[in-house]
Amino acid sequence: MWLTRPFSERSTLVFMAVLIAAMVLVVAANLLIPADHPLHVSTYTVTLLGKYLCYALLAVAVDLVWGYLGILSLGHGAFFALGGYAMGMYLMRQIGDRGVYGDPVLPDFMVFLDWDALPWYWQGFDMAGFAFLMTMLVPGVLALVFGFLAFRSRVTGVYLSIITQALTFALMLAFFRNEMGFGGNNGLTDFKELLGFNIAADSTRIGLFVASGLALGLGYVLCRAIVASKLGRVCVAVRDAEARTRFLGYRVERYQLFVFVISAMLAGVAGALYVPQVGIINPSEFSPLFSIEIVIWVALGGRATLYGAVIGALVVNYAKSVFTGVMPEAWLFALGALFILVTVLLPRGIAGLLKQRRRDDEDMRDETALIGEAGT
Amino acid sequence: MRRLSCGRRLCFGLVMICMLLLGQGVSAAPASEDPGAMLLESLAEASFRDKEAVIDSIASSGDERAQQWLDAFADGRLQQVKDSGQFVIVLESRGREWPVADALTLKPIGEMSRRDLSRIRINNALRSHLDGMQTLLDLNAEDVELRLQAARDLLGEISQDSREDIARLAQEEEDADVAATLNQALALYALEQGDASAISTLSGSLNPKVRAALVQASRSDDGYLAERASQALADIEQLLTLNRAAETLYFGLSLGSVLVLAAIGLAITFGVMGVINMAHGELIMLGAYTTWAMQQLLPHQPGVALLLSIPAGFLVAALVGVAIERGVIQFLKGRPLETLLATFGVSLILQQLVRTLISPLNRSVMTPEWMSGSVMINDALSLTLNRLYVLGFALVVFAALMLVMRRTRLGLEVRAVTQNRAMARAMGIRATRVDILTFALGSGVAGLAGVALSQLTNVGPNLGQNYIIDSFMVVVFGGVGNLWGTLVAGLSLGVINQVLEPWAGAVLAKILVLVLIILFIQKRPRGLFPQKGRAAEG
Amino acid sequence: MNFLSHFADREHVFDFLMPDASPVDVRHGPILYLEDVSVSFDGFKAINALNLTIDDGELRCIIGPNGAGKTTMMDIITGKTRPDTGSVWFGSRHDLLRMDEPQIARLGIGRKFQKPTVFEALSVFENLELAMATDKRLWPTLTARLTGETRDRIDEVLDTTGLTALARREAAILSHGQKQWLEIGMLLMQRPRLLLVDEPVAGMTEQEMERTAELLTGLAGRHSVVVVEHDMGFVRSIARTVTVLHQGSVLAEGSMDKVANDPRVIEVYLGGEEEVT
Repeated sequence: MWLTRPFSERSTLVFMAVLIAAMVLVVAANLLIPADHPLHVSTYTVTLLGKYLCYALLAVAVDLVWGYLGILSLGHGAFFALGGYAMGMYLMRQIGDRGVYGDPVLPDFMVFLDWDALPWYWQGFDMAGFAFLMTMLVPGVLALVFGFLAFRSRVTGVYLSIITQALTFALMLAFFRNEMGFGGNNGLTDFKELLGFNIAADSTRIGLFVASGLALGLGYVLCRAIVASKLGRVCVAVRDAEARTRFLGYRVERYQLFVFVISAMLAGVAGALYVPQVGIINPSEFSPLFSIEIVIWVALGGRATLYGAVIGALVVNYAKSVFTGVMPEAWLFALGALFILVTVLLPRGIAGLLKQRRRDDEDMRDETALIGEAGT
Repeated sequence: MRRLSCGRRLCFGLVMICMLLLGQGVSAAPASEDPGAMLLESLAEASFRDKEAVIDSIASSGDERAQQWLDAFADGRLQQVKDSGQFVIVLESRGREWPVADALTLKPIGEMSRRDLSRIRINNALRSHLDGMQTLLDLNAEDVELRLQAARDLLGEISQDSREDIARLAQEEEDADVAATLNQALALYALEQGDASAISTLSGSLNPKVRAALVQASRSDDGYLAERASQALADIEQLLTLNRAAETLYFGLSLGSVLVLAAIGLAITFGVMGVINMAHGELIMLGAYTTWAMQQLLPHQPGVALLLSIPAGFLVAALVGVAIERGVIQFLKGRPLETLLATFGVSLILQQLVRTLISPLNRSVMTPEWMSGSVMINDALSLTLNRLYVLGFALVVFAALMLVMRRTRLGLEVRAVTQNRAMARAMGIRATRVDILTFALGSGVAGLAGVALSQLTNVGPNLGQNYIIDSFMVVVFGGVGNLWGTLVAGLSLGVINQVLEPWAGAVLAKILVLVLIILFIQKRPRGLFPQKGRAAEG
Repeated sequence: MNFLSHFADREHVFDFLMPDASPVDVRHGPILYLEDVSVSFDGFKAINALNLTIDDGELRCIIGPNGAGKTTMMDIITGKTRPDTGSVWFGSRHDLLRMDEPQIARLGIGRKFQKPTVFEALSVFENLELAMATDKRLWPTLTARLTGETRDRIDEVLDTTGLTALARREAAILSHGQKQWLEIGMLLMQRPRLLLVDEPVAGMTEQEMERTAELLTGLAGRHSVVVVEHDMGFVRSIARTVTVLHQGSVLAEGSMDKVANDPRVIEVYLGGEEEVT
């Protein structure tokens, strides 16, 4: 089975081991170590880490299309946000009559806008199963339609990048409008419970952290399985010589579409797990800046490695938390510098540095082997 | 005064009577040889009812200072020093100490406390009387423009009393436009009185007052009048639709010219080097800030500052552009996606730099006088001057760029490198030099766009951000490496946007345009004016 | 599910319906047939009323000065460029103008580019694996496994192209000549009925050239081969029939000797940079 193939690779096993160990440690440090002990991890920190894990999954999704397929999407934030909105809609419906206005069905902002019924696209979001499905389907369908149009007419390179950026920009403008029915400027917030659990409770937060970790693990394995398959090699072929791949008989646009849609769905899942942890989703998640930031996480971590994307997401977001706490103005300078330095000086990212050391060793071994062969 | 009418003479007679009636007050005033002092004295002393006559006498006195006195009186700036009874004109009424000028000599005489002054009182009836007089004054002025403006103001303001004066003025009027306007005003009065024959004079007028009067008339009980009025209204409606279309087109072209300015530099750099400079928007912003800085340096001459900003904005943006090319882009040859990311980093830094060094808030840039106001085509259509200038500026910049590309050595080399970099290099063109120069040129043009934009919108750190996506859409729509394509695409996108806007709203219009472009690329992946041939492929 | 997806795919042809390895029908004449094909770029006629017939199993060399339209002709056959007028048939059944690149490739037309293009980030082995004639639709590609048979076939081609020692190395490290060989190897993996080979010996040493000549002549018979080449010595060593293109149409056609003595050909080449000797 192609899905289990990654487990025969060492890098996957190492990644999964590190991920699971880290999760167990964090949960244990939160639950078992008393609050006043220096090694105690507060629930606040756990939630913060859960947020990072969602970002990491998002970065993996971007790496899948950028690293392996060569499509620089500057609009993945849109898929992330759409997944988040789908989850947000479910959480809004869960509020029920506990809102400020006490309407049993309508969310507060709709009452405020004097709407008398739920718009059709809000139907069904009171059912968890349907809503969770939508967190993947909505971004997936958008990616399918958009990708179909783009790949069919062979839009690639910077063109595609800017058009994806325009896509997320257009969505941001649209979601800012109150008439769209997604809470406009303020977005969706004031959530109460998720699957019957109080969303502010410590246990729910730890549960969400664990769920985020599991989603990252599963997403990673799925991506790794795709990458390790022959389809993954076709992707790399498309990235390096698209025309050549076509002349070999591969329908390039279908491969691009497939991977793009998978990636969008993963981004949707990441968004869906992100929203209950931060407690709000608003149109700023659609901002082009956020989407392009994701790309720099991947670039810093190292493209076409998957684990590099995870490292990049964690490093940059940790740095962001520290920076914005200490000197908020400097963060944009640092981010700008990061964009320049990584692309100019560190094109292979952190993972590239790690790999380089390993490859040097391997090359040495290879050479000795060749010499040995020649000798016999 | 051009002509002294018999009405004037009549007024003068009235004044003499008033002066006699007010003899008491006049004699109480300090002795003075200046007849103006006497007039002012009577103005100050008279009751509201009598003041009207005094005003008339001032107006007809032939005194050169009359205009200033009446203006000051209307604004409440004609005042009297409490102690001395001296008449002064307040120049600026802010704070406690007001700078004043002597009303008789009209020379500034320093500052006075507001407590020492008392205003010569005026009421609304007097004000409107003054307005009417002003109109009559203006109708007699030498300047045709002034007369035309006065005639326009008369529409709907004619009363039983003034009708005859105006009819006579209309007959004596030498300028055709002024006469026509006066006749229209008279016809409007006639219509209000129920005269159907006046409609023929009024049909075709776009003035809202005329329209209101016609609407009123079309509801009249007089069947004939109502019918004629409805007909005239239908004609006007048609004209209005046309004018609205013209206005939409104008706004569209104006927006389009901004898009062209913003995109054309990008079209050059993208066409030649195949890289997207995401900091292009920030170069526009720098151009706008250069204008602001220039105006800070020359605070009293916003016009000169603006003209100087054109070369300065070009230079500043060009230098920063070259710095970006040398500092970042040259290391990323052949990696367009990485270039995009790196220049995005540059854009973040430039934005934050402006926020830190200048201010995160918007700065306002002054519009020089010769650029403010609007050109009135007719009553329903007036074109704002600043947009007209920007439109013209965009076309000039475009023409200049065309010249550079077609007629200079640099243009030839740029076109060669755009077509086939390797071949151009083989033929001895120093591609690196061409890169630097094109980048300077493209960035400089972005600076020019910024100078122009500073006249239309607020200048702030986010100014450029709003234009990068739009600019790129224009380039994609027009076809890479084709300046004509950029022009046509920019203008048509602007017009499309404006046509959609009233129908769909601003945000939805923008979204629709984006969707349209995405669909357009389906049909023509290489834009409106694609580069053809083998070199363009692959 | 894998099995069911075949029913949903309209393009899928079941094994038992497949007549032959390649569906091309050559019972009634040539394998490739271009008639009256013209294409112009921006007013420049790259191909002008071109007629060309390639018989099944033939080895044909096409020569011509720069700008004669050789590469454009290949672009048209492989579906990269659409001609303005004319028709292009593969066998007597397939109208190539109605197909796109992958369809044409799946029909059994392989192409080697002028500039060797291999997938540099993949290993030599993987390059060959991707080229192999097999089901190239998405799902089968995702679930594909390396069978012993496949491995044998790749090993065979590695052996033929002399790349066995480099099988696990990235294609990026290959020399120019080695990349040419790898690309030829990829062509072999495709098992095409018709090979279009654009300048196969550019950047090769004498010995490599000899081996290429051997390989190409060996392929003729089972496959049809069209070679575009500038190197006259190489053309002479392999050619049976030579077609001379000039300004987008056929100037002369026949054996090497006949063509070389054609006064029009000599004039064209004397005016150009190369000489036919």
